[in-house]
Amino acid sequence: MIKLNSKNIRIFLIYFFIRRLRVKMAAHGSLLSVFKSINPRWNGPLGNSVKIFGTTFTNHRNKATLTREHIPPPAKYGGRHTVTLIPGDGIGPELLSHVKEVFRFSCVPVDFEVVQVNSAMESEDDIMDAITAIRRNGVALKGNIETKHTLPPSVKSRNNVLRTTLDLYANVMHCQSLPGVQTRHKDIDIMIIRENTEGEYSSLEHESVPGVVECLKIITRNNSLRIADYAFRLAREKGRSRVTAVHKANIMKLGDGLFLQCCREVASGYPDITFDSMIVDNTTMQLVSKPQQFDVMVMPNLYGNVVSNVCAGLVGGPGLVPGANYGQDYAVFETATRNTGKSIAGKNIANPTAMLLASCMMLDHLKLYNYATLIRNAVLTTMNETRLHTADLGGQGTTLEVVQSVMRVIQSKGQLTAEF
Amino acid sequence: PRSPLSTVILSLGKTLHPPCLQCGSTGVLCVFQPPPAKYGGRHTVTLIPGDGIGPELCGHVQELFRFCCVPVDFEVVNVDSAVMGEDDITNAIMAIRRNGVALKGNMETNHNLPASYKSRNNLLWTTLDLYANVIHCQSLPGVRTRHSNVDIMIIRENTEGEYSSLEHENVPGVVECLKIITRNKSLRIADYAFKTAREKGRSRVTAVHKANIMKLGDGLFLECCKEVASGYPEIPFDSMIVDNTTMQLVSRPQQFDVMVMPNLYGNVVSNVCAGLVGGPGLVPGANYGTDYAVFETGTRNTGKSIAKCNKANPTAMLLASCLLLDHLKLHAYAEVIRRAILSTLSELHTADLGGHSSTSDVVQSIMDAVQREGPQTLNM
Repeated sequence: MIKLNSKNIRIFLIYFFIRRLRVKMAAHGSLLSVFKSINPRWNGPLGNSVKIFGTTFTNHRNKATLTREHIPPPAKYGGRHTVTLIPGDGIGPELLSHVKEVFRFSCVPVDFEVVQVNSAMESEDDIMDAITAIRRNGVALKGNIETKHTLPPSVKSRNNVLRTTLDLYANVMHCQSLPGVQTRHKDIDIMIIRENTEGEYSSLEHESVPGVVECLKIITRNNSLRIADYAFRLAREKGRSRVTAVHKANIMKLGDGLFLQCCREVASGYPDITFDSMIVDNTTMQLVSKPQQFDVMVMPNLYGNVVSNVCAGLVGGPGLVPGANYGQDYAVFETATRNTGKSIAGKNIANPTAMLLASCMMLDHLKLYNYATLIRNAVLTTMNETRLHTADLGGQGTTLEVVQSVMRVIQSKGQLTAEF
Repeated sequence: PRSPLSTVILSLGKTLHPPCLQCGSTGVLCVFQPPPAKYGGRHTVTLIPGDGIGPELCGHVQELFRFCCVPVDFEVVNVDSAVMGEDDITNAIMAIRRNGVALKGNMETNHNLPASYKSRNNLLWTTLDLYANVIHCQSLPGVRTRHSNVDIMIIRENTEGEYSSLEHENVPGVVECLKIITRNKSLRIADYAFKTAREKGRSRVTAVHKANIMKLGDGLFLECCKEVASGYPEIPFDSMIVDNTTMQLVSRPQQFDVMVMPNLYGNVVSNVCAGLVGGPGLVPGANYGTDYAVFETGTRNTGKSIAKCNKANPTAMLLASCLLLDHLKLHAYAEVIRRAILSTLSELHTADLGGHSSTSDVVQSIMDAVQREGPQTLNM
């Protein structure tokens, strides 16, 4: 006869949790997720194990599922999707209005819910509204929100608040040499997966002694395992052959050492994909001389920032590369190098390619593949024409010309389009 | 009036130096350097061979100096990077304190040793307070690269920042790494940068930071740079975020002149610049402190994979030795060797530059070039 005390109830509940999870992960990983689901306040033998295994807790539903099976379908009412649009500062508003224009012209079934975020205000209401809108819609397209240096340090970077609150843990950037853009290096095809929520961007700093500032860089086991798993899964899906972890573990032995260890653990579960590691200074030097050797790269936050900007520079500049931020439940798309472009705002010289390609990635995420391919091909065809290159590519074209050329190419394909 | 405890705490933020004999300062903005040790007209310089390609390249430096009759004697101190004890590196530090100047190869930091084992190179910089790492990346004639006319001087803070080796794991699975930025050291490095820019007649200083994210830390660094800049009105000062900097470096490096930055960004940016001008085999680096100077290759590679293969490029180490000679005020010797190196670079390229020459060929060619120029040389 099984006694009905608290210990046995816990055992039954764990059994049901494990059955419910249906997760394809390594054994230790599933143990981890089981323990993570258990309330840490419970005492007893399992409670102690929770203290050892489960540390970071977020209050999202379906936290335990790392595969894509349980992502809720995007909001689709009447056959039309609703996507949050955050114009941001600088060139963001104009580029996003061009995206809206192209979408309307191509009759893409996407409606935009525009949420303005004022970067000059100290209160966090604006960004909280934006986050609520993204929670509602599940998908967003954003321009970069400026972080003013003049405001006090308690005002956190709005972009950072967005990423951490929505737990958009993976920033994926695909740098490819585009045909039609002349660069010093050819045949570059690098996929950069960057941890997006922790690392140096924790915004944890303090000045205990006047004149001495300590900035904390946080590396956690859970987040590192998560991002490494994401990287390997993505490499497998896209048929990539090699994953390189970028770190500085000779100096930050515990921090980046933990990151590297997590990557190695995950790599052992993917024997078909080669894994190696490289120190960040050597990586940047190799990128500048021989970028063709890299395939997929996974790294913590700050190195990801630097390396992604180097790669963006190698393939032609910040105007060409789109970026995506994926979380468990949400996805936000933007330009990869996250520039506000204040100096060229309103002048009609910004390159709309990055934002348009980001919107194509968003359409892929919404499973509107036909529209995505249509717009992407139109953008790449326009890229081939040198006379339409904008100032950052060394040409004299304007943003408007590029966008109109994209729309003309779409029209020539014969699909249903709105009037000009 | 401050309590004794807070005085102690405050003093920890300052680096403790004995007061300088000339200006009486305690090492923050002191400009006086004691003369190098010179007995019988010959200087003594500490030589730390290090690991990987270090020993063979330092051997070539010794060979070349002997050939050119340079009045420098080397005191060789070997540091074994595989042992846990710090005796070796302490001996090396004592030797450098004695001689004032050193030439070193990079010492490997084995990842498999426990975390309490600090990087030997890092110990050297912090103990000797070699606060400024200076790397001068120039496009060299004779080396074809994708970018031409690059001339960037990178001044990197060498003792604090992310390299404080302060990490802990309070909660299992969560590691905190501390990045320390102090006002004193930031002022010091900024002052060094502007002084160097003024001496070399440079036109612009750019501070590289990430103050939009690390507001207090890099914000303090930026503020210190701005303060120092106000004291040098003839040199324009601007700042740039590190990600934008690396992107600009890859597309248009000619826009940069002198760059000053904290430790980690300095590491990345200096490696990018080294890659732009031709690779790790070409750029020398120097580490300056108030009392000591240590010279090495700019990118601090051990080069384990090409050790003892006679393939390494000796240019970086030889140019570092020329910087050493300049520091010892043996300018004539430095010029002779530098000219010989540059003329050899136009003819012979090692594997990293896409050629087939071996290290010994290059060194031989340099010695031939020196002999042709005419100054007194040893018999071969």
